[in-house]
Amino acid sequence: MSEVKKFLYVNRKAPYGTIYALESLEVVLIGAAFDQDVSLAFLDDGVFQLTRNQNTETIGVKNFSPTFRALGDYDVTKLYVERESLAERGLSESDLQEITYEDEDDDWAEKPSIRIVSRAEMADIMADQDVVLSF
Amino acid sequence: MKIGIVVSEGPYTHQAADTAYHFVKSALAKGHEVPRVFFYHDGVNVSTRLSVPPQDERHIQKNWTALAGEHGIDLVVCIAAAQRRGLLDQNEAERQGKDANNIAEGFRISGLGQLIEMGIQTDRLVTFGD
Repeated sequence: MSEVKKFLYVNRKAPYGTIYALESLEVVLIGAAFDQDVSLAFLDDGVFQLTRNQNTETIGVKNFSPTFRALGDYDVTKLYVERESLAERGLSESDLQEITYEDEDDDWAEKPSIRIVSRAEMADIMADQDVVLSF
Repeated sequence: MKIGIVVSEGPYTHQAADTAYHFVKSALAKGHEVPRVFFYHDGVNVSTRLSVPPQDERHIQKNWTALAGEHGIDLVVCIAAAQRRGLLDQNEAERQGKDANNIAEGFRISGLGQLIEMGIQTDRLVTFGD
């Protein structure tokens, strides 16, 4: 497949309570095999998906948050998180998991995948995409 | 223009499957191509052939089956989402040791790769959901 498109997966919902977040991540993992230019956006309650120390034992639902840390191995290295959405929920970057990837263009240096962006920057990121899938 | 469609909410509970249906009909009437519709999340429930709505209501599955038959649209149901929700074609029912299958004519079960491929191959991807 020669054509590379920019795919953006927009995550707007909390990780548990509905299945959207989990089934979004399933699309991302499958989609990684297609060698497209992939980004993820986290806004609204979607920012809760990346919080650290999630524990789902008492609700009987699988905690899938560790999977985000594996995204780098799938060459999914751009996770945009909206600053305003964090602030509106009393969260800051330190509440999020550390998610990194190894940059093959920089001697495999370990770099952060999460990029905190403003609402205005997020709009620009969205406008720049070919395909936007919203969950 | 080639338009790919995603339906991501369930029938009757949510209007997504209806609105997508009307959108596809209109797009085709305007001369656009709709090669594929991908059903995801609860949208997979559109594909059951066991739904029996009251006679004076629209039959969402039959509408889609008829439209797909008429225009050669590929109706793809995500296998992972379908299996969670009890939707199986004959092959999967046999493979999983189940005594029944329930996928309607015109729909086929396949993987999420079909969604990505649709995004690559179409000019626009339009999602109907929440």
